[in-house]
Amino acid sequence: MTEGNPRGMTTAPEPFAAGGAGQKLEIHRVEEGCLRIVLAGRWCLDQALPSHEVVERALEGGVRRLAFDATGLGAWDSGLLTFLAGVIKACNRCSVDADQDGLPEGIRHLLAMAFAVPEQKVAGRGGENGNLFVRVGKAAQDFVRGAPAMLRFLGEITLSFLRLATGRARFRMSDMWLEIEQVGPRALPIVSVISFLVGLILAYLGADQLKLVGAQIFIADLVAIGMVREVGALMTGIIIAGRTGAAFAAQLGTMQVNEEIDAFKTLGISPVDFLVLPRILALMLMVPLLTLYSGFVGMFAGLVVSVTIFDISLFEYYNETLRALELKHFWVGLSKGSVYGAMVAFAGCLRGMQCGRSAEAVGEAATSAVVTGILLITIAASVMTIVYYQLDI
Amino acid sequence: MSAPAHIEVRDLSMAYGEFVVQRDLSFTVRKGDVFVIMGGNGCGKTTLMRALVGLQRPAAGTVRYDGEDFWGVAQGDQERMKRRLGIMFQGGALWSSLTLAENVALPLAEYTNLPPKRIAEIVSFKLALVGLAGFEDFYPSELSGGMKKRAGLARAMALDPDILIIDEPSSGLDPLTARRLDDLILELRDSLGATVVVISHDLASILTIGSDSIYLDADTHTMIQTGNPREALASGDPKVRHFLTRGTA
Repeated sequence: MTEGNPRGMTTAPEPFAAGGAGQKLEIHRVEEGCLRIVLAGRWCLDQALPSHEVVERALEGGVRRLAFDATGLGAWDSGLLTFLAGVIKACNRCSVDADQDGLPEGIRHLLAMAFAVPEQKVAGRGGENGNLFVRVGKAAQDFVRGAPAMLRFLGEITLSFLRLATGRARFRMSDMWLEIEQVGPRALPIVSVISFLVGLILAYLGADQLKLVGAQIFIADLVAIGMVREVGALMTGIIIAGRTGAAFAAQLGTMQVNEEIDAFKTLGISPVDFLVLPRILALMLMVPLLTLYSGFVGMFAGLVVSVTIFDISLFEYYNETLRALELKHFWVGLSKGSVYGAMVAFAGCLRGMQCGRSAEAVGEAATSAVVTGILLITIAASVMTIVYYQLDI
Repeated sequence: MSAPAHIEVRDLSMAYGEFVVQRDLSFTVRKGDVFVIMGGNGCGKTTLMRALVGLQRPAAGTVRYDGEDFWGVAQGDQERMKRRLGIMFQGGALWSSLTLAENVALPLAEYTNLPPKRIAEIVSFKLALVGLAGFEDFYPSELSGGMKKRAGLARAMALDPDILIIDEPSSGLDPLTARRLDDLILELRDSLGATVVVISHDLASILTIGSDSIYLDADTHTMIQTGNPREALASGDPKVRHFLTRGTA
């Protein structure tokens, strides 16, 4: 494509001309203050097209009127339309009268449609990300603003439990049984695998240290107490946070997107009663049982390692486990399981109910539910461990 | 002489497992047609659209674009044929993580060698055509349903397709915006020579823009009427007239 200098053209013998691959653009100054744009040939996007800026530059010499001559125009598409739209916008900016009569009717109609609705002026968009300090500040603000929302949701759940206690909570038992099935029996395979492997790791770790003092029999104590009191509950909580917490957030988030939650509200039915309560109850009931199960699977893994690798007999291991375990260890594990279950359910339901109205927001809600769930579990685990230690439980 | 056939559907049947949605559909969409697929709820209009655009393999029959059997060619050829289609889904189907400008620009960036500045100009023009000038930086979640729909049409038009397939263009739009969309469809047909296939319930729109049509019947699971919808209104099958007159005839 060739380009000339549009400035200083006052007569037709030296027009600006640009063209290539079949299209032609000429800018003629036909009389004082009047430009004629000649468009010819093929103007399609699959070829290099001139920019409207060449015409814009030509408008700077006191032009008052611009006309088009498209008699030689061949095939055209959006390439020509965007060129012309740019020319017309430039004319508007420079207060030049753009006479479109020389353009084909179809082009005139499409341009008229494009300019029929005034451009929306939106202030302040595009600078949303800001620099690092702005982002950190906004994150801090979001955190501070998020705390009351979390407390409000906790309050709604508390009220919902009160309604449940007084028989006024509206939810379907069948929903709760469905949730129980989803979060309990269906989680058994993954809990089994993880618990077995963690039990195995504990046994190896213990054996490595205990063999230094010839006390490998205490592998049984380590694995039994560790799995039943702490690790079983912690691992189950983390598994459930990843599996069920994310699912809760995605389910409720999708319902938010589909306005299903709004539909509950308009009917005067509390979405917390109907949707959140059965999920929290299901997890509070199921996670302790899964914790117990996890403890037994972990102990079984310890037994397998001890018997097959460290020459401890089945009977010795069994007896040592019975000697080490007390009922309080089970209560500690079960209580932690219940709390972790409630934490995961709370995080999943909170993030789901706070979800925005887009597919992306559902993904963010699910991710946030897992992160929040694991954070809450870790905080609760620390607090409960310290409290139980202080109470000598 | 009538225009050449652009899309030819022969003996097409669509099914979900054992359930046959529509069977033995045969019709021709000619170049420059605004072809309306109409019918009551659940008659299989959207399923037919999915078969036309390659989203759902039909149980039987053929779909030919300019004589080329869409479902009979290799996947690479199907992709090439798909690039000639611009599809607007019922709800807009905008990608929620992208702004409107990015939504419209993606096909241009993917399938053309245009510089970013030119792409931005085209995007602005297409959005202006559907009345969304200035909304380039908005995300779909920040728009109303009607605006999403119009943005979906802008994206469908991004590559200046030969064939535009539009699912329920006017549902959920106010009457003026619906009329504007109808005008745009006709203008795209007249100015750019596009062939337009429209799936619609909107009687005003059907009678305004439709140059040819089929009526899919949910009871018999097949088409019971073809031809210009205005003629169908005057002398067509009683079921179709019933539909086109909102049950008053």
